[in-house]
Amino acid sequence: MVDALLTYTLRNGDRALVLAQRLLEVVTHAPEIEEDLAVSNLALDLIGQARALYTYAGEIEGPTPDGTIRDEDHYAYWRDQHEFVNPLLVELPNGDFAHVITRQFLHDAFALPYWQAMVTSTDATLSAIAGKAVKETAYHLRHSQSWVIRLGDGTDESHGRAQAAVDGLWRYTGELFETDEVESDLVAAGIAADPTAIRDRWREIVAATFAEATLATPDDGPMQSGGRTGRHSESFSFLLGELQVLARAHPGASW
Amino acid sequence: MNSSSWPLWEVFVRARRGVSHVHAGTVHAPDAELALQNARDLFTRRSEGVSLWVVRSSDITASDPADRDALFDPADDKTFRHPTDFELPDEVANM
Repeated sequence: MVDALLTYTLRNGDRALVLAQRLLEVVTHAPEIEEDLAVSNLALDLIGQARALYTYAGEIEGPTPDGTIRDEDHYAYWRDQHEFVNPLLVELPNGDFAHVITRQFLHDAFALPYWQAMVTSTDATLSAIAGKAVKETAYHLRHSQSWVIRLGDGTDESHGRAQAAVDGLWRYTGELFETDEVESDLVAAGIAADPTAIRDRWREIVAATFAEATLATPDDGPMQSGGRTGRHSESFSFLLGELQVLARAHPGASW
Repeated sequence: MNSSSWPLWEVFVRARRGVSHVHAGTVHAPDAELALQNARDLFTRRSEGVSLWVVRSSDITASDPADRDALFDPADDKTFRHPTDFELPDEVANM
């Protein structure tokens, strides 16, 4: 159960950190400076969530052989690719703005019901983290949803780009709701949220948004997965390289 | 997309209950709802406000600086418009 709780906490911390890293690549490339700011705000909220989850992971893991408790920087900077357990959706390389904001929407439509459910987790720390994350995520969803509606129901150009983003990203959404032995025991214990219930809520949000955006919902074909068990896409090593290079080149540096 | 494609919005922030919305600045946004979101990110990220208004800058009608004399100067010599122009009777204890 301790191992399961650690993996579960890291999956959510990694989901937040890796998505934040992708969002930060957008900064200075968004259509307007206002959107640069919005995207960096989303990223900073996600980094805050990752920090809280990583700190908790250190407590769960307990003292290492040398007697220290691992801190949030350990999990962000000193783990290798196969030790990251985020869903593939959040690590996909950025495409155009429609791709970035659609990926964000598909994530946020999961994250909001997820954190809402986690408020009643029997794990006091996860419940407390959820209480803060719910408010942040409600705003994230409002922002990404607003954009999906405007792009989908905008010009022919924006509609085409938004639909292409949806079609390309759809096969990565299934992994968000996968349940393996790591999670099933935690769900039974009331620690983890039940992915089935979250999937229903996700479908409602996506359907309502796509209807307003005049976007077609793809059929559920074969789904890609692997990120949550440490099997990542090729581009992920470049993301990690950029994320970790400073900490690894100057261990212990602070500023 | 270039900068001229998004209209400009004037942003007003109410700092707390009971005070007026005060002009804080401007944002670019394609429509009112996103103008509110952009204003939230730009002007209330450090808990500066409890309420936001946005209005399209083109909907503001401003006074012409050249009309300054006609509009504002005549008020200067009308001291009776200020409460300090009147002597308070001694009978009025609390004012």
